[in-house]
Amino acid sequence: MPQLQEVTLTDLKHLVSDRALSGETMLLNMGPQHPSTHGVLRLLLELDGEIVVNCVPEVGFLHTGVEKNMEAKRYEQAEVMTDRLDYLNTIGNNLAYCLAVEKLTELDVPPRAQAIRVILAELQRISSHLVWLGTQSLDLGAMSMFLYCFRERELIMDIFELVSGQRMMTTYIRPGGLWRDLPADFEPAVREFLAEFPSRIKQYEGLLTKNPIYVDRTKRIGVISGEDALAWGLTGPTLRASGPSYDNRKARPYSGYEQYDFDVPTLTAGDVYARYQVRIEEFRQSMRIIQQALDTLPSGPVRSNNRKYVPPPRSELGTSMEAVIHHFKLWTEGYEVPKGYVYMPVESPRGELGVYLESDGSNKPYRVHWRTPSFIHLQALPVLSKGLLVADLVAIIGSTDIVLGDSDR
Amino acid sequence: MNKKLQKAIQTIKKQFKAEELTFKGEHTLMIDSENVVEVCKILCDDFNFNLLSSLTAVDYWPEDNPRFHVVYQLYATEEAYTLRLRVPVPGENPSVPTVEGIYPSANWPEREIWDMFGINVEGHSDLRRILMPFDWEGHPLRKDYPLGYEEVQFTFNADEIDARKPYVKE
Amino acid sequence: MGIEQKLGEMGVVTTTLEKVVNWSRTRAMWPLLSGLACCAIEMMAAQASHYDMSRFGMELMRASPRQSDLLIVAGRVTRKMAPVVRRLYDQLPDPKWVIAMGDCASSGGVFNNYAVVQGVDEILPVDVYIAGCPPRPEALLDAVIVLYEKVENERITTWK
Repeated sequence: MPQLQEVTLTDLKHLVSDRALSGETMLLNMGPQHPSTHGVLRLLLELDGEIVVNCVPEVGFLHTGVEKNMEAKRYEQAEVMTDRLDYLNTIGNNLAYCLAVEKLTELDVPPRAQAIRVILAELQRISSHLVWLGTQSLDLGAMSMFLYCFRERELIMDIFELVSGQRMMTTYIRPGGLWRDLPADFEPAVREFLAEFPSRIKQYEGLLTKNPIYVDRTKRIGVISGEDALAWGLTGPTLRASGPSYDNRKARPYSGYEQYDFDVPTLTAGDVYARYQVRIEEFRQSMRIIQQALDTLPSGPVRSNNRKYVPPPRSELGTSMEAVIHHFKLWTEGYEVPKGYVYMPVESPRGELGVYLESDGSNKPYRVHWRTPSFIHLQALPVLSKGLLVADLVAIIGSTDIVLGDSDR
Repeated sequence: MNKKLQKAIQTIKKQFKAEELTFKGEHTLMIDSENVVEVCKILCDDFNFNLLSSLTAVDYWPEDNPRFHVVYQLYATEEAYTLRLRVPVPGENPSVPTVEGIYPSANWPEREIWDMFGINVEGHSDLRRILMPFDWEGHPLRKDYPLGYEEVQFTFNADEIDARKPYVKE
Repeated sequence: MGIEQKLGEMGVVTTTLEKVVNWSRTRAMWPLLSGLACCAIEMMAAQASHYDMSRFGMELMRASPRQSDLLIVAGRVTRKMAPVVRRLYDQLPDPKWVIAMGDCASSGGVFNNYAVVQGVDEILPVDVYIAGCPPRPEALLDAVIVLYEKVENERITTWK
């Protein structure tokens, strides 16, 4: 039976102020199981009445040892574990890993595959922001937003299921391209979604943007300036609401993003309301990208032809001996990746998701490190919430859009 | 290569002992652990590397000297160029100085390299375990730490593994 | 619930105590709001309007373990989180049931390493296991129905 660990105040003396040690302020545990912590996050709050004097986040309750486990699996097997890190951005995690592998092995990716990757990544961004909006509003009391957002998310899940057979952990993006080509009803499904979604965004904005309760609870809460945000390592919409417009899709474009015309929404207020506005605007920009990508979708193969890394189609196995040999080698030994190390950053809905991949020439990754945005954002929580009420802390945790699988890996 | 990035690399190489490596368009500087704080300060103040993208470590066991490489990835948001610093650290009492004073976002990643690799970070404000439970023994991401793999149950060994597994009845 | 005998015009129904209690337990079983990882998102999707869980009596999920009957372990249980889940289970008042949702809770799932408990049945007695990574919301609803059938077949002697 697992034993609970005892922690005394003396162990944490360096983190709490003197007022706590004398008993003037109260230490409260906002535990791993809590409705508004968006996962298993533990916060040790030092409270003066209802005002937060200091908050010490403790993570690690979802630490799955993915980095070490990926070192024991071959490259194709390791990709399965990447979906389960940031479980709201599964396609984005696959994309980051595949881009890193492709950079090391110099695999070519056909343009059709790149365009489809962009469409799926943007659909994933919309789906992740929908979950964010639903749970953030649920924390602030607007329960009907939760139901609306999940209703829209079902449409996107249906599209993912159409393409890969799975709603969430698709592993559809593979090194060299995609797993298989799109079915015929993908395009009508996406166009139907694009036609229906703008009116839904209007519905959400009509419910929240000028709502006095929502505005009161989110304006001027959790303010951070642009340079402080960069010093604390914030990226993504959390950073862009404070001023700097750093977006990896524009700064270091990948997978053909430079061909599409889109804006990066940026505000300067830096509070929770500004982050909400940035993410609502990102809905519209993502739809713009999907529209352009769908209109200019090239035809052609969806996966590279390099048989050293990509298995041959099953139809060839009956006729070609090399195809059988390649299939056999790939399924039993996997492919070997040349020695070296790369760092591949992509733009996840939370911020900069970076993969540091180092290979020693064998068929298993030597070291995979995931620079995940949620891990870095959580350490800024004490700075964002100093001097505010506990209820504001809930709004701030929601606005940083943390996912604990992303943070703890 | 971007001119300013070139200038930054030349400045560091002139002032400190640094080795420059380039691989697939990415630039890396190998520096010593005592120079880390000064190099980061010069890069942050003079060359505008204002974001510490990533701080991690790699274990090269069974090589002992150096056993670890601590990897810093720096990014300049205005100029959009990136630079990697690698610091070789020996296996016996590994330690690096903290860069928390320059980049506050290095706080938790340094706790993570202490937790996962056992690399001591000198001057850190709060060096405790972060991802593992705080009374855990060992540093999991080292190469000599076992994976903790549980034997997979197939039909031929299902019953004997079942007998050993700690099921709970109430 | 069986109507053994309807007496006259008064609308009286006779049945056994066992059947009434089992029937009432299944009609409003409240789960604890404790999602751990990816399966929690599918649990939330099952709670939302498309796959409504409130049809099965699980209208709301109580945040406090003292007020809930059912613990759905949704997601991977790590070694750091295991004592917390056990404590939550201990805090649930009798009668209580446990559903292990997903591959990670049933058996450790994809992760076979030092950090993940290989199956939550190492620390809790589980009533229903759901396979899938993550299981569809319909699979969760199916598991709830299986659990209801199990509860309805309980005997007086095995009540908690």
